[in-house]
Amino acid sequence: MEITNYVVLAAVLFAIGATTVLLRRNAMVVFMGVELMLNATNLAFVTFARLHGDLTGQVLAFFVMVVAAAEVVVGLAIIVTIFRTRRSASVDDVNLLKG
Amino acid sequence: MTPAGLEISGGETVLFWVVAPLMVLAALGLLFVRRAVHAAMCLVFVMVSMAILYIAQEAPFLGVVQVVVYTGAVMMLFLFVLMLVGVDASDSLTETIRGQRWIGLLVGLGLALVLGGVVGRAAFPPAAGLAGGDPAGVANPQALARVLFGDYVLAMEVVGVLLVTAAVGALVLTHRRRLTPKQNQRTVAEARVKALTEGVSLTPLPSPGVYATSNAMDTPALGPDGEQVPQSVSRVLRIRGQERPAPHAGVALVDADAPTGGAAPRRAEEDL
Repeated sequence: MEITNYVVLAAVLFAIGATTVLLRRNAMVVFMGVELMLNATNLAFVTFARLHGDLTGQVLAFFVMVVAAAEVVVGLAIIVTIFRTRRSASVDDVNLLKG
Repeated sequence: MTPAGLEISGGETVLFWVVAPLMVLAALGLLFVRRAVHAAMCLVFVMVSMAILYIAQEAPFLGVVQVVVYTGAVMMLFLFVLMLVGVDASDSLTETIRGQRWIGLLVGLGLALVLGGVVGRAAFPPAAGLAGGDPAGVANPQALARVLFGDYVLAMEVVGVLLVTAAVGALVLTHRRRLTPKQNQRTVAEARVKALTEGVSLTPLPSPGVYATSNAMDTPALGPDGEQVPQSVSRVLRIRGQERPAPHAGVALVDADAPTGGAAPRRAEEDL
């Protein structure tokens, strides 16, 4: 098996995550798609770290994880706030700024 | 061990070909599953599998962090918010932008093709592997810590600030200012007495039925007239239609000389 199989897997997962963001309406599921994309890039980082024999890739993956955790906290807080005011978690219902 | 030589073992190959298709299937579940909770479960599966792949790829520290941070913290946060927002919140299938579904699918497929094509056509150097590239030959967490707290110590500090900011931001965003005065025992009692004219009972609601054969939240109590008291069952159970008939409902007190006639067999059926 080639080590690039891992990279292909990461690409496939990234594309699925991007499609989830484009297609789903529930804000929570859209957010899960973003998480899937972040995870896919992490897999690519770890694979390239192994490919080059350099630990920097793993360090970057670690930072991505931390930033993703912070992003999830704030993003979910925004979703909860929107849900409280609009009683909906659908991304289609947030159209207050529409002219 | 030579620096430029990484043999991927047969065990790892088998692991990859077992885990990777399952991961892709679970990720596709994120795309096709109707309920948000099921999507969250699919994502948990993907993340745990990802941790397995990390450990297989000489990154045991990241594998453990993946389990702790992603499946432990992030996904549980997701589930908490799902419960707050409503577990039944499923997607609406009406399209607000015409053709969005096909355009989205097309863009996703195109992205997969472009990324796959780039990976397929790129020329990679021979895989080095981490054990050979590390001169000191120390285990992964220690070597990682050396890079993290040596070259990237400033980034590490900034990330700490970011985490604190995110926590404070979440607190501020979800904080709700109190718009009505706080209720204390006296105001609650006065409101109840005032509502007495609207048919609200002053006393607490009756508790559910306690019988010789059943003692559960979903069996209503019997009133003094032998009729079931619906208010004794929780409102949620009543709305869902999950309340059970009281074991003696309909069995009037007149056939007290044959008490086990109807009650016992019916209980057995209900328990099935």
